[in-house]
Amino acid sequence: MNRTQHRIYFDHAATTAVRPEVADVIYDVMKHVYGNPSSLYKEGHEAAHLVADARARLADILNCAPNELYFTSCGTESDNWAIKGTAFKLAGKGKHLITSKIEHHAILHSMEWLKTQGFDITYLDVDELGRVNPQDVAAAIREDTILVSIMMANNEVGTIQPVEEIARICHEKQVLFHCDAVQAFGAIPIDVKKLGVDMMSFSGHKLGTPKGIGLMYMRRGVRIDNLIHGGAQEYGKRAGTENVPYIVGLAKAAELAMAEMPEKTAKLTELREYLVKELLSKISHSRYNGDPVHRLPNNMNFSFEFIEGESILLMLDALGYDTSSGSACASSDLKPSHVLLAIGLPAEIAHGSIRITLGSDNTKEDVEALAKDLPEIIERLRQMSPLWEAFQKGEIENCLIP
Amino acid sequence: MALEYSEKVMDHFLHPRNVGEIEKADASGTVGNPVCGDIMKMDLKIEDGIIKDAKFKTFGCGSAIATSSMATEMIIGKTVDEALVLTNKAVAEALDGLPPIKMHCSILAEQAVKTALKKYFEEHDMMTPERAAQFKILDEEEEEESSVYRSKRAEYMNEQKDLMQNK
Repeated sequence: MNRTQHRIYFDHAATTAVRPEVADVIYDVMKHVYGNPSSLYKEGHEAAHLVADARARLADILNCAPNELYFTSCGTESDNWAIKGTAFKLAGKGKHLITSKIEHHAILHSMEWLKTQGFDITYLDVDELGRVNPQDVAAAIREDTILVSIMMANNEVGTIQPVEEIARICHEKQVLFHCDAVQAFGAIPIDVKKLGVDMMSFSGHKLGTPKGIGLMYMRRGVRIDNLIHGGAQEYGKRAGTENVPYIVGLAKAAELAMAEMPEKTAKLTELREYLVKELLSKISHSRYNGDPVHRLPNNMNFSFEFIEGESILLMLDALGYDTSSGSACASSDLKPSHVLLAIGLPAEIAHGSIRITLGSDNTKEDVEALAKDLPEIIERLRQMSPLWEAFQKGEIENCLIP
Repeated sequence: MALEYSEKVMDHFLHPRNVGEIEKADASGTVGNPVCGDIMKMDLKIEDGIIKDAKFKTFGCGSAIATSSMATEMIIGKTVDEALVLTNKAVAEALDGLPPIKMHCSILAEQAVKTALKKYFEEHDMMTPERAAQFKILDEEEEEESSVYRSKRAEYMNEQKDLMQNK
C-alpha cells in the first residue's frame, strides 16, 4: 500500500470537476457579455438572448417548454422552493405533505421546518434496496395532502425510484408531485412529460458546471408561491439578476452529458460491476447496499463489518483515493447515514460504510488499483478492531450488539 | 464543514503505536459501544506498580485510533498512579488538538485506561478512596451525549475561541 501517484477521484456524487468545455463557454460569456438581461439596450439583449437560448436547449433535453424551466442558484434552492412554495400556496387546501425517509437533507430539513409552521409530514419507509413502494404513496395520501416529494435517484445508495408510477398515483388523487433529480440529471434519461412530474429539481455541479447553478422544472399550470422575491426575472417566479455565464454553462454541460450518456453508462456500469465483484469476493463480511438493478450507473455503496467508515475513508485518502462514508464519525452530527438506517442496516454496520461514485475521468486502472488496495485497508483495520478479534475467537457471533 | 486532523493525529492513525493484545494481561479494559461507532480495548502489563507495556485495539474513526495509540504511549513506563491521572485533555493536547466534535474519542481513551486500572486495583485489593475518586469519568455512558461530554466539548470550544481571539 504505497500508491503515491496521482489522486483518484471516486466521489462524483459529491461534486464533479468543472468540464473544460463548460469552463470555456462560461469564460467566453464572462469576457464578452456583461449586460443585465433585464436592460433595454444592446448589451442587455445579448445577455437575455443567451439565457433564452440556454433555456430552450435545456427544455429540449428535458422535453418541456422553455417557460416551464426556471434557473435557481442550486439544487437545494429548487427543493426548498418546491416544498415551501407549495406549502404556502396550498395551506388553505391542506397541510399534509408526503416524502420518503431517504431524501436529501434539502428536502428533509425543509419538511422539518414546515412542521414548525404547523404542517404535518409523512415520511415513507423504503424497502431494503431503498425503493419506495408506490402503493405506500397511494395509501398515505389524505384529503388534506398537498404535495408528494420523492427523489429520482438516491445520492448515497444510487437507488432509482419508480417515479413515473408515483406521479401517476399522485395525479389520480389530484396531488402535486415534486421530484428531486439532482443525482439523476445527466446520469440517466429524464423526460419530464413522460415521467409526469409537476416539479423537478436539478443542479449543475454534479455534471461539470461550477457550484452555484440550479434549475427547476414547473409544469405549466402549477402555481406555487415564490421563495425569492424581487425583480421580474424568470417569468416573475424567481427574482435575482440571472447568472448568465453559469446558465450558459449549464446548458452546455447538459448537452455534453446527454450526448455522452450511452457510452458513459456502458463504461461506468462495466467498471462498477468489476469493482463490486472484486470487493465482495475479496472481502468477507461485506455487503453491497442499494438496488443492484435500479441503480445509478456510477454508484457503489458498501458496508464492511467490524470496522468504521471514517477510518476506511482516511486510509483511502492517505493512498490518494477520494471517497465518502455513511459513518457517524464522518458526519458533523455524529449520526450514521439516515439512508443506510432506512434501508434497515443496524447502526453498527452503517458505521462501516463507504460510497464510491465513478465519473468519466475514472479508468479501468483506477478501479483495479482500488480493488487491490481496499481489501488491504479493510484487513489492516480489522486487525486493529477489538470486535474482529472477539469474532475471530468465537466470542461473538457477529458485529451486532445483542 | 469538513473535519481536518492535525499531522500528529494522522501520524498516530496511519502508524498506530502498540496495536495488539497482551497475552495474560494484568489488566484489561473495554469501553464504548459499536452502535455509537467506537469501541476501545486496552491491555496493560503491570510489574511493581509500573506499566511495562500497553496494547490496544480500537473499532472507530481516525481520531479514536489516534487517541488510543497516543494514550498507550503516554502511560507506558508510568506508575499506575501516574497513569490514573492521565486526562483526555492531555491526550488531545499531545496530538496537537482534536476537532471539537471528536473530543469524545479522547474521553474514550481516558476511560479505557481507567477501566483497566480500576479492575487492577480491585483485583489486587489496592483501591483507596484517593484512587476511587479518579474513576468518576467511567460513570458516563457514551450512548447519549452526556452532560460530561457536553460540558467537556463546550469547555474545549471556549478555549479554542479564546485562542482564536488572542491571535
